[in-house]
Amino acid sequence: MSQHAVQPTPASPTPPGGHLLELRDLHIEFRTGEGVAEVINGVSYHLDPGETLAVLGESGSGKSVTAQAIMGILDSPPAHVTSGQIRYQGRDLLTLPEEQRRQVRGKEIAMIFQDALSALNPVFPVGWQIGETLRQRLGMSRSDARRRSVELMDLVQIPAAANRLGDYPHQFSGGMRQRVMIAMALAMEPKVLIADEPTTALDVTVQAQIMDLLADLQRNLDMAMILITHDLGVVADVADRIAVMYAGRIVEHADVRSLYRAPAHPYTKGLLESIPRLDQRSGKLTTIPGLPPNLMDIPGGCPFHPRCRYVQQVCLDVVPHDLVLGDGRTSACHFAQEVRDDRAR
Amino acid sequence: MTAPARPTKVRGETILDVNHVVKHFPITQGVLFKRKVGAVKAVDGVSFQLRRGETLGIVGESGCGKSTLARLLMRLERPTAGRATLAGQDLFAASGGELRRIRRNMQMVMQDPYTSLNPRMTVGDIIGEPFEIHPAAAPKGSRHRRVQELLDVVGLNPEHINRYPHQFSGGQRQRIGIARALALRPEVIVCDEPVSALDVSIQAQVINLLEELQDELGLSYIFIAHDLSVVRHIADRVAVMYLGRIVEIGTEDQIYERATHPYTQALLSAAPLPDPDAREHRSIIRLTGDVPSPANPPSGCHFRTRCWKAQEICATQDPQAVPRAADPHPSACHFAELRPQH
Repeated sequence: MSQHAVQPTPASPTPPGGHLLELRDLHIEFRTGEGVAEVINGVSYHLDPGETLAVLGESGSGKSVTAQAIMGILDSPPAHVTSGQIRYQGRDLLTLPEEQRRQVRGKEIAMIFQDALSALNPVFPVGWQIGETLRQRLGMSRSDARRRSVELMDLVQIPAAANRLGDYPHQFSGGMRQRVMIAMALAMEPKVLIADEPTTALDVTVQAQIMDLLADLQRNLDMAMILITHDLGVVADVADRIAVMYAGRIVEHADVRSLYRAPAHPYTKGLLESIPRLDQRSGKLTTIPGLPPNLMDIPGGCPFHPRCRYVQQVCLDVVPHDLVLGDGRTSACHFAQEVRDDRAR
Repeated sequence: MTAPARPTKVRGETILDVNHVVKHFPITQGVLFKRKVGAVKAVDGVSFQLRRGETLGIVGESGCGKSTLARLLMRLERPTAGRATLAGQDLFAASGGELRRIRRNMQMVMQDPYTSLNPRMTVGDIIGEPFEIHPAAAPKGSRHRRVQELLDVVGLNPEHINRYPHQFSGGQRQRIGIARALALRPEVIVCDEPVSALDVSIQAQVINLLEELQDELGLSYIFIAHDLSVVRHIADRVAVMYLGRIVEIGTEDQIYERATHPYTQALLSAAPLPDPDAREHRSIIRLTGDVPSPANPPSGCHFRTRCWKAQEICATQDPQAVPRAADPHPSACHFAELRPQH
């Protein structure tokens, strides 16, 4: 227990040119009529070219708010970034003037959303919507934009793309709509793609298709991806590294294999134990008792302590810092090593 | 992770018997004079039996008709054809007082705990409302006390009886929905995606509660879900639906370990596993395309348009869900066979 240290960027050493995208100690609060909700409480993570980082958390953990902050699409009010940095290629996006920030948004960092039906405009044909970006941002002519739109729709494997340019979003199935949204996000050839629950609304067989497509595109276009999800299965399938969020903090950060093999935070451990398995019939499910905290009144000490089975007096008093474990892993738990080495249920 | 598997319980006699149930929703054209121009075949000849104390899982993708089936069983929709009996009483022929008596025996838990509870009613009123509708089933003594008992049974604080739904979290609201379903002491509960709106850590709590209630009260469940892992955990038998039909039905073990229908095999192989080490040595069957429209399903086998085994016979002959040579559970495929070991 001697290695307590604040590590702003845990896993893997910083490459010479710096990370592609790096969040440093980000704090965001929502100021509402009922009070101030501390939504993000010191989040740090980084992303290098071509890799996939999964940000895993339940509702209210702050995983989507972090992504919105990176994109600069936070609703403010109520959201206020109170401190921290979001560095993209060495520049802090939070201090950039809006005009320069626009150059990053969509062009360098693009985002796809969970619900394609509400993310697309229902009264314009999809070809027009994909082409809009090209016309506005690249100054393409209508015919060029049209040609490029077909290419993009081919890229995301929409069958008979040229014939479907004039179709409206409601004429597409759920999986195809998701592909349209991915095509729009790829229009500017971004270096970072943020996928916020991209397959949550889809059926299992279609989900597999979309995750395959994203993996292919990422490989071919050498994009980095931040995959925001609550699904431990999807993460295991595609991610390189994983950051687990709870109450606006990253509680555990590790490469995917080590984390699934031996989780080092009681919350991660609890999550992994509480999901039923497809490949074996499980006994009674282990549960995490209680509820996630109210963000207007986060418990003192470790925010997870009221639900934790390893809880000790120190957890009530001291906020745990990221404890650095081997292999570039960190865990924000006073007893991270004990948890990791505890193989019993 | 090596807790003993839940023992398969001893099953009683059939309580719910469903025979060739069909529900076609008409597609009409015209403003003043509606003409029927087609039909959405939401449920297209579904048969199964549910035994006492058993959980039958129903899985399938959106549009396969699983929720319509639930609504038919609850008599929220009128079937186009077919028969169903609940504890020997004809479910679809009953009306008036008789239907009310039958309905007491079968209750439903809905998917969305945010819209299935009236925000203007207190929790006590919500859980007590079944007693207003079915006075014969109301407790002889204090209703208030009975509602408090129910709150206690589902793990909520009985003192919160006067609170409103918005004062509870999603998981707690789902418990309220379960308490309401239990109020009339039914024998069968139809759960339509009861945990899919909940967070992972809360899901497990609600699943455990449903299992405990089943053991204590001897309930039978129809458990409808799209999450194959959840269904494997809770169900004793599983029916797989595709475009309004049951394509395969069997015990949990038969479906998950010895599936013979290509659709079931594809569904199982596509579900993500929470195990990064499985990434390499899993062979995943990639289905192409989307589910066809139930208004215009393919001839013969409904699955043939996405099936890699499809032959001519699949377009001309409707495969029946009957026991196949590969495994003795019913599978609606002409070429039913076990998946080669991967």
